[in-house]
Amino acid sequence: MRGLRLRDAGVELRIGVALLLAIIILGLVVPAFAPEDPRRWNTVPRNLAPGGDYLLGTTSQGQDVFWLLALSVRNSLWVGFTVGVIATLFGAVVGMAAGYVGGLPDRVLTLLTDSFIVIPALPILILFSALLEGRASLLLVGCVLAVFNWPRPARQTRALVLSLREREFMRTAWFAGSNTLQIIRREIAPYLTGWFIANFVYTVLIAIATETGLAVIGLSNLQDTTLGGMIYWALRHQAILAERWYWIGPPTLVIIVLSVALFVVSSGLSKLSARRRGL
Amino acid sequence: MRFVAFLLTKLLVYVLIIVIGVTVVFLVPRLLPSGPVEALLARIMAGGGFMEPAQVESMRVSLTQTFGLEGTLWEQYRGFIERVLLAGDFGPSLAMFPTSVNVLIRQALPWTLGLLLTATIIAWILGNVIGVIAGYRKDKAFSKVLELIAVAVYPIPYYILALILIILLAYLWPVFPMSVHVRSAPLSLRFLATVVHNSFLPALSIIIVGVGWWVISMKALSSSVCEEDFVQFARLRRVSDGTIMTRYVARNAILPQITALALMIGGVFNGALITEIIFDYPGLGSLTYMAVMQSDYNLLMGTVTLSIVAVATATLVIDLLYPFFDPRIRYR
Repeated sequence: MRGLRLRDAGVELRIGVALLLAIIILGLVVPAFAPEDPRRWNTVPRNLAPGGDYLLGTTSQGQDVFWLLALSVRNSLWVGFTVGVIATLFGAVVGMAAGYVGGLPDRVLTLLTDSFIVIPALPILILFSALLEGRASLLLVGCVLAVFNWPRPARQTRALVLSLREREFMRTAWFAGSNTLQIIRREIAPYLTGWFIANFVYTVLIAIATETGLAVIGLSNLQDTTLGGMIYWALRHQAILAERWYWIGPPTLVIIVLSVALFVVSSGLSKLSARRRGL
Repeated sequence: MRFVAFLLTKLLVYVLIIVIGVTVVFLVPRLLPSGPVEALLARIMAGGGFMEPAQVESMRVSLTQTFGLEGTLWEQYRGFIERVLLAGDFGPSLAMFPTSVNVLIRQALPWTLGLLLTATIIAWILGNVIGVIAGYRKDKAFSKVLELIAVAVYPIPYYILALILIILLAYLWPVFPMSVHVRSAPLSLRFLATVVHNSFLPALSIIIVGVGWWVISMKALSSSVCEEDFVQFARLRRVSDGTIMTRYVARNAILPQITALALMIGGVFNGALITEIIFDYPGLGSLTYMAVMQSDYNLLMGTVTLSIVAVATATLVIDLLYPFFDPRIRYR
């Protein structure tokens, strides 16, 4: 009974990882083989349906949809990765410090975390992008997204650390003469690794979704194409009315598959690590 | 006595959170290299108007004054806090001068509340009902299928779903309009019907994503309640399935969902913002978007502050009310 459920969770996680790997290969390996910069206009004939020389057809600007898609995937992944790394690390440090040190530092950090959670990120991001008029580099967009995404990991890390602090082995470490830093590094951090990765993957999901949202309304970086940017240009050039599904369809489909894969991997990993922690 | 201390701490934190949040929102746009003055000047120049450098300079000075941007950052901040947080006055809209921000918000608020509250509550009820059933019968095939659908739908961003719905239900099979075309009109049954018809697609996109999340969380919650002794005992007593599901499982599993609902209502503005923009829905989201596009600081501060206060208030209300829902929790 129990074994069966474990295996079920395993299947989900495995499918998620497989989908994610496929998309990562599409984004990280494929663009290197592009015959020319896929963003350039009029490198191929316009408005060709899929098949023939062009796998996924061509846009009304004379771009090859397939290579454009691969490049967009790469840029979207890159934004997600940047935000994931910065936000998860920063959040984890704040959460661990707050949870482990306690007292006044904890109160101050928790207050700060709670304040950042209530700030609606999207209007600020929209303002940011509007003032930079679509010229913000993807790295900058990533950094701004990170500013609004550290509180969630921080809060969760704090809660986890608080529950860990009361465990027996923590006291043992303390009595054995370890100092605070050593305890955080050697006792708490390893315990949380699996959970960290789950959280990282989830932050990547949120970041990619948010960047896509900004891009769909034309407010992310419009020079370096991302999946959302591709949808934006397809909409701008009336791909729906012209029924050019091969232009707007692929980025939409990839966003959906990518989101679902990231979600499944994240929840699968956090279940796995909870089980390992004996919860 | 204990309750008073609890209440005071919560209130203090509430005020602090709002002040910090608003401060961040105040600072961010002012730290950027280009501000609304430069943006507006650029727009005027791009419009073809030729101006002498001296005229540009005097224009710059007068715009800076109109926008309340003169003086040091600290002076601006003090004026802002006095005006906004103490008097609740956001000043005139810069883009639709001289209409006041408060009036614009008052016009947009019913639209957003109507759409988001309705959609969120429908999603909550639907998701929890499905979630309890799926959690109670978690080994049945249909509950696995239900969860699978929920997992496949929930992570899709609102606006991608909105886009798909537009393609399917407004373009390929045109039952609903692509964007919302009702503006205010005298209240009548026909007007309400048009509003519902026009708001259907945006609402549907919010409901589908919402239901996905509530099913996933409610299934997890209720299947863990099912493992508890009192449920086993009820089964042994041959209490009917329906009673166990509603009175025993749902009642205990619903508590965290109530908290989540309050937070969701507080924060849903954020997620639905792009949905409103895509559908051109005349609510707070589109207002915020317009404020940003026109570099209307006052209007932006108005909508964003409102959203911060809403989320903070939702959190506070939940903290205060929770012990009433759950007698196991005490004020501390």
